[in-house]
Amino acid sequence: MNLFYHFGEYLLLLKKTFTKPEHRKIYIKRIFQEAQAIGVESLGIIAIVSVFVGAVTTINTAYQLVASWISDTVIGSIVSDSTILELSPTIATLVLAGKIGSNIATELGTMRISEQIDAMEVMGVNSAGYLILPKIIAALFMVPALIIISMFLSILGGYVVGMYSGVVSPEHFINGARDSFKIFTFVFAMIKTVTFAFLISSVSAYQGYYAEGGSIEVGKASTKAVVYSSVLILLFDYLLAQLFL
Amino acid sequence: MIEVQGLVKKFGDKEVLKGIDAVFEEGKSNMIIGSSGSGKTVFMKCIVGLFAPEKGHILFDGRDYVAMKYGQKKKLHQEIGMLFQNAALFDSMNVEENVAFPLQLHTKMTKAEISKRVDFCLDRVNLAGENLKSPDEISGGMRKRVGIARAIALEPKYLFCDEPNSGLDPLTSQVIDKLIKEITIDLKTTSIINTHDMNSVMEYGDHILYLHQGLKQWEGSPDEIRNTNDARLREFIYAAQFTKDTKPASN
Repeated sequence: MNLFYHFGEYLLLLKKTFTKPEHRKIYIKRIFQEAQAIGVESLGIIAIVSVFVGAVTTINTAYQLVASWISDTVIGSIVSDSTILELSPTIATLVLAGKIGSNIATELGTMRISEQIDAMEVMGVNSAGYLILPKIIAALFMVPALIIISMFLSILGGYVVGMYSGVVSPEHFINGARDSFKIFTFVFAMIKTVTFAFLISSVSAYQGYYAEGGSIEVGKASTKAVVYSSVLILLFDYLLAQLFL
Repeated sequence: MIEVQGLVKKFGDKEVLKGIDAVFEEGKSNMIIGSSGSGKTVFMKCIVGLFAPEKGHILFDGRDYVAMKYGQKKKLHQEIGMLFQNAALFDSMNVEENVAFPLQLHTKMTKAEISKRVDFCLDRVNLAGENLKSPDEISGGMRKRVGIARAIALEPKYLFCDEPNSGLDPLTSQVIDKLIKEITIDLKTTSIINTHDMNSVMEYGDHILYLHQGLKQWEGSPDEIRNTNDARLREFIYAAQFTKDTKPASN
């Protein structure tokens, strides 16, 4: 029952969020501010995670492919495919769920308990639209951008580690990565990423927007935002794979 | 004028407001008093639309808020200014941006016009020149004054203040009370003020409503409240008389 109640409330919040803005110019300005917070400020952590994921995938793949009849190009192919199809869209968005999700829930939760959201409502401002819509739109643009950067850095990490550790030559790695690339894989990864971006931003916003009580509840809302976003990312990862592949 | 008819509000099984009727007149400071948990804040939040009542009507100059559609309510809210207990300033904005916020969203004023209006409102609450400070750089009294400046930015017809004196020293409390009274007279607003401070009730109140356990127990003027026979109300008022009656020792 509780699940249905929260799902209903979540849908009602989305309905309130996607209504006509009071002032379009101010909302556009807010989208850029949120793009900075969600996208630009997450670049560092995404870069670190991606480079290491690519490097480790190369080493792991080389370690498992010991048969002499298997070409080295397979390493490049596996690293590239797994990065584009799964590692970047899923691992990187799980990291983003932790960073962006907790940030959104804490910000909105604090605004809720300090009556800032009530103040907006009393002024006749659609607080859900003003606060949440720019976050969702910014996430829908910035998370895919981050994931494309993550893909590039992850493959680059694999390439560099493969080259310096000697497990695969640069030519074989690049040939493998290039030969196995399919545009569909990339499109599918983007579909997943956009879905995950929506889930992270909207679920975290829901947790923060309806926080009640004091600082402990805001902390709980932030934790719930990260946990629920992560679980939903994994669930939708499976559902989308089943649907498209 | 705001007219409240048979207002009932429940949270789960608990009935917090049990059918309150009240009339708040224009240009007057209407004080709502009552002990903690009497329902004052819930009553105010129902009137401003933050809580939906189970039963009853709230008429803003004859317009029934409860029966309004979402768009109509949003429009009416532009006529409402509210000072929250902790001022509820937006902490991502500085003083100027806080006051400009309702103007930017609800008017077609140019940047220069908004700036002029913000300066006027800040000057009105004696905060001229404090435009660029952030809410965490100013004192509690200043935060309340910024809250008042933001509340009056759109020249509201209805002004609500939820415990404007809480957490303030007696002198700053007087400044805030005086300010609210002046604004009520100048703008001819219908002002509703939730308070525990009997000094401000006696000095600045025009009409007093006493709530007890979700019911209207008494209403009248400051003169009438002094001579009330209601034992519970007398106990409530005179519990707060210590500060008023204490005079400095003469030597």
